[in-house]
Amino acid sequence: MSGDGSLERFRREGRVVVVGASLAGLRAAETLREKGFAGSLTMIGDEPHEPYDRPPLSKTVLLGRAAAERTALPRLKEVDATWRLGVAATGLDMAGRRVRLTDGDEVPYDRLLIATGVRARPWPREAEAELDGVFVLRTRDDGAALARRLAAGPKRVLVVGAGFTGSEIAAACRERGLAVTVAERGASPLVGALGGVVGAVAADLQRRHGVDLRCGVMVTALEGDAAGRVRAARLSDGSTVETDVVVVSLGATRNTEWLAGSGLGAGPRGIACDAGCRAFDIRGIVTDDVFAAGDVARCPHPLFGYQFLSLEHWGNAVSQARVAAHNMLSESTDRIPHLEVPAFWSSQFGVNIKSVGVPSLGTEILIAQGSLEERRFVGVYGYQGRIIGAVSFDQARWLPFYQELIETTAPFPPEFATVDRRAEGRRPLDADFPDPSVPTHGPTVTLSGYSPADRRMTFTPAH
Amino acid sequence: MTPSPLHQILDYANRADPYPIYEELRRTPVHHEGDGPYVVSTYHEILGLLHDPRVSSDSRTVARTPHDPLAEPDQQESALPPSFLRLDPPEHDRLRRMTNRPFGPPHSPHRVDGMRGELRDIVTGLIDGIGDPDRFDLVDQFSYPFPVTVICRLLGIPREDEARFHTWADAIAASLDPDPDADPAERGKGAHDARMQLGMYLAGLIEERRRNPGDDMLSALATAQGEDGSMTTMELLSTAALLLIAGHETTVNLVTNGMLTLLRNPGSLQRLRADHRLAVPIVEELLRFEPPVQLVPQRVTLADVEVRGVTIPKGSSLWLVLASGNRDPRRFENPDRFDPDRRDIQHLGLGSGIHSCFGAPLARLEAQFALSELARRLENPRLLEDPPPYRRNAVLRGPRHLRIACDGIRA
Ligand SMILES: Cc1cc2nc3c(=O)[nH]c(=O)nc-3n(C[C@H](O)[C@H](O)[C@H](O)COP(=O)(O)OP(=O)(O)OC[C@H]3O[C@@H](n4cnc5c(N)ncnc54)[C@H](O)[C@@H]3O)c2cc1C
Ligand code: HEM
Repeated sequence: MSGDGSLERFRREGRVVVVGASLAGLRAAETLREKGFAGSLTMIGDEPHEPYDRPPLSKTVLLGRAAAERTALPRLKEVDATWRLGVAATGLDMAGRRVRLTDGDEVPYDRLLIATGVRARPWPREAEAELDGVFVLRTRDDGAALARRLAAGPKRVLVVGAGFTGSEIAAACRERGLAVTVAERGASPLVGALGGVVGAVAADLQRRHGVDLRCGVMVTALEGDAAGRVRAARLSDGSTVETDVVVVSLGATRNTEWLAGSGLGAGPRGIACDAGCRAFDIRGIVTDDVFAAGDVARCPHPLFGYQFLSLEHWGNAVSQARVAAHNMLSESTDRIPHLEVPAFWSSQFGVNIKSVGVPSLGTEILIAQGSLEERRFVGVYGYQGRIIGAVSFDQARWLPFYQELIETTAPFPPEFATVDRRAEGRRPLDADFPDPSVPTHGPTVTLSGYSPADRRMTFTPAH
Repeated sequence: MTPSPLHQILDYANRADPYPIYEELRRTPVHHEGDGPYVVSTYHEILGLLHDPRVSSDSRTVARTPHDPLAEPDQQESALPPSFLRLDPPEHDRLRRMTNRPFGPPHSPHRVDGMRGELRDIVTGLIDGIGDPDRFDLVDQFSYPFPVTVICRLLGIPREDEARFHTWADAIAASLDPDPDADPAERGKGAHDARMQLGMYLAGLIEERRRNPGDDMLSALATAQGEDGSMTTMELLSTAALLLIAGHETTVNLVTNGMLTLLRNPGSLQRLRADHRLAVPIVEELLRFEPPVQLVPQRVTLADVEVRGVTIPKGSSLWLVLASGNRDPRRFENPDRFDPDRRDIQHLGLGSGIHSCFGAPLARLEAQFALSELARRLENPRLLEDPPPYRRNAVLRGPRHLRIACDGIRA
């Protein structure tokens, strides 16, 4: 599409189909309209709800401060679309440019955006997963159901997996005064995303707030009573936890199965795309009409040696959506790359945690400001002599400075003096990440090498 | 030789319109002369330095550069420990957190909102008291007393003591705004006495509040027992003095600059009269267009810091010229136009980073109430002189008097 007026025609009367009607899908649609796309827009989402926001689900919703039904995303712009909600896409015909739906319909497109995100990885044993009282947390319905159960005052909640979501759930339970056990296979909470040094602070935080935290253990089985309600969990150290609610928080699976056999470069690690959010096909050739954005996408990032990054970050979904929408409407020379430095936040146990860059790529950490002991600090991650990421506990206002150091590939360890540098900040420590070859549910950023193809991947469940 | 930008900023002759000087200054985003301070005047560079942990606000540990004309005189006289405005983390964070506990979210989300009724009453009372609509001074009759009364109510100063509080605040304010004709020794002494008396008064009140706490902020601060421990009486005195001065000297100018700007832009005044909700974007645009704090002096580098190719050596004083950053054409379209309809309005008027204005929610509400009520009640208001006479102070810049005439004052 160049120079022959076809782009103009597309902008006027083309057909855009967006699969996945959530954060990335909605923001892309809004951007298309904002940039003057006047053609038809179809939004396909398998959830029956209008686009809503997920971060509150593990925070205010579980505290009972906001209803799960009231998390609709604010609309930044009228999108004038045909909404096909409650209908899943089941297949993609790339040659015929059509999306197949569960109800048998086929929707033709000129440009397609795939924003199908991820889903919660369920408890691996199906019979146990079906017990009453066993939950996952990804959707609004999950959030409503779990919030209802917590409000009913269970005797104990067991959270399986202490990544960000699991830790936030545990924090919400404690704030509600509920007894909580957290079982984490790694050495500490958040270890996959932030490493052991910071993980130890997260563990301290949990214990101070009265969480019964068990690290280095796996939940091996869930037991139900005669009525089919969960009553206990067995742990790999031989112990048993009696509990009436289990929240399985073992990370996410990318929603790409529906693309199997389509020829698109999609697999368990997501959909490979170029820096402009254009998807690759399985031959490693970039397409011109299929785009991907949000949690389901994996994009090469110049700051991280052009390795493919998968990010389960709110901000990333928004910025990729904008890039994808812009590029759909642009001549090749006007396209823009997705260059944003990854950023993530979490609030748990009254602490605001924020990270920029890719901490999990770091091998060393320097506590540049504040102190681990006081649980208020900025930690800077180093990789091969440069700064690659930073994390803050209740010190978020400094992060823009460290983000700039990441963007300018500043040397690690930083040599300069800062305010609030303590004795512990004189020397870097081993960041203490677990062996990357063992998949964990922890990191919400995953580096997945240089290859757009995803055929060799085999998925090893954490349990 | 043209005088240096530094002296032009300080030169009283430029007080009414410093913006051409800033425009000139922005041609050298990091300006430095002799052994004076490094003057930073462009938006992105200022913002970066406000978030830069290599820049200290601590008044004690850092040696001052010899020729910073805005360096604080020794505060020995007051004998109070530095307030959190002049501290670095972790002390800054601890005191700010403790002060915030009874003031803002998450612990006190309703404090500022709960003051709406009171703010309205104060504004109404002051406008009712204006008297002769043919000629009045908005500064003396409205802008000056207003924030002092607000701080009194916030802290919980008993009504019968408010008059004394105003007298002290006026004396301290005068010392912050040196009148070249007044005898400096006299003036210094007046301010010194006022500080001492205010300190003694507050110390007594704190004792009283420890015994009989009310639901005011001073009581909450005096009796706090949180994870950060409690404030010593000295810390509490510094904090109360900070709230008084930071809230007074700024809000005065915001309200006065606001009215001045609206009188110069009658279209906006008209719109505000018709719809008081316009006060929100008007106040935001004012904080950009005529910021009451023109520049932040008293920052010092702890390490060599490179900004736009200039290396600012460790130990240098900085001036961050917020008012210039707010008019940076690389950041704002048509920066010299007053335009309340601007959507992109991330101004520097309330600072940024860890020292960003603590009182921002209150300041905004005060200015919104004041301007919308003035717009509604003053009938056909006119400026009697333009430009008005300004205060000497180049940092906390604003008119000393704003003489206005109007046809009448509505109920
Ligand atoms: C509990 C929770 C807390 C979080 N907290 C934070 C936080 O604090 N900070 C942060 O940065 N991020 C957080 N996140 C992550 C953030 O919400 C995600 O990054 C964001 O939702 C990604 O948006 P997305 O549109 O790419 O994907 P999603 O929001 O996952 O949306 C994908 C949509 O596509 C639908 N879909 C899937 N397959 C199909 C199909 N075949 N056909 C049709 N529709 C389909 C899905 O049902 C879903 O509605 C949190 C997530 C959760 C679940
Ligand atoms: C229009 C009104 C106001 C303006 C323009 C203003 C502006 C500012 C600015 C620019 C700063 C940053 C100073 C720096 O970076 O060193 C600041 C800090 C501060 N302001 Fe305000 N302010 C206003 C009103 C108030 C009010 C009403 C209060 C009190 C209730 C207040 C309390 C403070 C305090 C305590 C600080 C120090 C914060 C810290 O160091 O952490 N201000 N203000």
